[in-house]
Amino acid sequence: MAHRLPKSRRSRLLIASTLGVTLLLAVLAVGSSSAAPSHAKAAKAQVIVGLITKTDTNPFFVKMKQGAQKAAKQLNAKLLSAAGKFDGDNASQVTAIENMVTAGAKGILITPSDTKAIVPAIKKARDAGVVVIALDTATDPQSAVDALFATNNYNAGLLIGKYAKAKFGSKPVKIATLDLSPARVTVDVARHNGFLAGMGNKSATASAKGFAKDSRIVCSQDAAGDQAKGQTAMENCIQKNPDINLLYTINEPTALGAFTALKNAGKDKQVTIVSVDGGCTGVRGVKAGQIAATSQQYPLKMASLGVAAVVKFAKTGAKPHGYTDTGVTLITNKPAKGVPSKSVAFGLANCWG
Amino acid sequence: MVETTPTPIDEEVPEAEAGPSVLTRLFGISALGPFIALILVGAFFTLKSDRFLTGTNLSLVMQQTIEVGTLAIGQTLIILTAGIDLSCGAVMALGSIVMTKLAVESGVNPILAIVLGIAACVAFGLLNGGLVTFVKLPAFIVTLGTLNIAFALTHIYSGEATISGLPGAMTWLGDTFQIGGTAVTYGTVVMLGMYAVTWFVLTQAPVGRHVYALGNNPEAVRLAGVHVRRLLIGVYGTAGLIYGIAALLLVARTQVGDPAAGQTDNLDSITAVVLGGTSLFGGRGSVIGTLIGALIVSCIRNGLTLLGVDSIYQVLITGILVIVAVAVDQLTRRRSR
Repeated sequence: MAHRLPKSRRSRLLIASTLGVTLLLAVLAVGSSSAAPSHAKAAKAQVIVGLITKTDTNPFFVKMKQGAQKAAKQLNAKLLSAAGKFDGDNASQVTAIENMVTAGAKGILITPSDTKAIVPAIKKARDAGVVVIALDTATDPQSAVDALFATNNYNAGLLIGKYAKAKFGSKPVKIATLDLSPARVTVDVARHNGFLAGMGNKSATASAKGFAKDSRIVCSQDAAGDQAKGQTAMENCIQKNPDINLLYTINEPTALGAFTALKNAGKDKQVTIVSVDGGCTGVRGVKAGQIAATSQQYPLKMASLGVAAVVKFAKTGAKPHGYTDTGVTLITNKPAKGVPSKSVAFGLANCWG
Repeated sequence: MVETTPTPIDEEVPEAEAGPSVLTRLFGISALGPFIALILVGAFFTLKSDRFLTGTNLSLVMQQTIEVGTLAIGQTLIILTAGIDLSCGAVMALGSIVMTKLAVESGVNPILAIVLGIAACVAFGLLNGGLVTFVKLPAFIVTLGTLNIAFALTHIYSGEATISGLPGAMTWLGDTFQIGGTAVTYGTVVMLGMYAVTWFVLTQAPVGRHVYALGNNPEAVRLAGVHVRRLLIGVYGTAGLIYGIAALLLVARTQVGDPAAGQTDNLDSITAVVLGGTSLFGGRGSVIGTLIGALIVSCIRNGLTLLGVDSIYQVLITGILVIVAVAVDQLTRRRSR
């Protein structure tokens, strides 16, 4: 046994050094390629802005990041970005806030994954003198951040609700809703209730907690904003009530999944689909007639306004505050009387993803 | 008799005697590679950013390691017995929801709530251990099942709601004290203490040697007169206890009970264990290596953010490192055979 030891020892050292070199190469490769555009000296004078999104993969957040990068370039600011590993990943967002504060960020833009859980980390950052702006999703409470740049989701729902009401007139409706998740986060409730309010439901006010009751709804399912889950949920809804003629979905991937289910069941002509988001795939769905109308929102605008606000804070000390509505537009090729809307061409020119 | 079983410890002792170096003595051979890697990572970021090697930032890196780092202690114990635990993050999330919801919404005394939360984790550990030992199911399958069970219970019990407004008894571990002008959290100290205790037991106490031996040759351990079933259940139960403490540390760090917590922690903790040089086939490795493995991941994430590089590159580098680490394990196994 003894004669084997020196050999195994040598091999282990060899392997240890290989590991070290590989690691160094990997880090160098990434470090140099990504750090190259920002020159070390210029970086010192630059305002550092942090952007933390829910995930890296959702096109909504990809567009948001593009908007932030573009604005940062124009304003000569340096953008740090980070994201959670999955929707709802609070721990990664907390870590990102801490690291960005250490990196010397003047301001942090965040789409909170968990609107409540993120609050203590935001407070620490603000105590350290960093301005924090929520994008797209409000924190709970909203006052936990300096400012909120977001779509008014209730208005987004209201627009498609009014559209559906104008289209159906006095015809009886049987509604299916494909919502987000049992957690009933603000965006889920606001869009759902806004839609019902547009359909004439008086109890669906903007301040209502939880979903408003409505006897016209024959099926409600949660599909997590996911296309495959949207299809499954709609298949089940058709089984439950084959006479559904109006479908509201929380976003367009859900709507497109539901459309597949309806088409397979031969019911795609009988159901009007309305949705919210305005992603490019969704707007193309409107163009193809799969979705009747959608409320388009503007992530790029949220991010560019956010970056501008942080740069302004760094230069003048003026903090942004309160809520800024970044607007919604109804996109449809079949306009309804009395409901303002824009064409699919406009939607495609302004879509994200 | 057990002491003469050919465990890696026995193999390493003569080596350390042949060339006594402080590093090998301290970490054991298997942790030397990871240690060098950590030093290289640290050196790289120190050169690239003047904010990396500061007390405040290093304290932050330790805090960011608490969740996965603590879970990885239990994961190491289980992997040393040639098992694996996919349920650790979900069990921790359940523990944190049990303790926070009991204290905040049911008005249970905070200390009692903490004890009950940790007890829930221990119960899951014992359930895992019992199924592995008595029903003789593979650990992978058992913990895949309990992962889903714990995940579902967490979401059912919490009603998907985040619990905030926690009593001070639950968050004081997130408070800081000063060491030479640097604020360090009590939670960091608890985690490092747990590593020290586990390291001591694994290397110095007979039961620690039994754990290593169990991963190498369970039959030999049984023939040596060790109660294998009791030992295995003990390992899984201890891991459960560690997950419970991790739950408390997590709650103290984030100051909320978050039902969505820990979803990727099972793979993240396995990553830390593997990066730390512990063999997935059991019987070889060290818990200090695991700490280093967890720190490597945290340092890369922290350092890349300081450099303004997207966090997705941290995932890329971690992936490369895992493959390198497992390859190293395989090569050393083949050569020492």
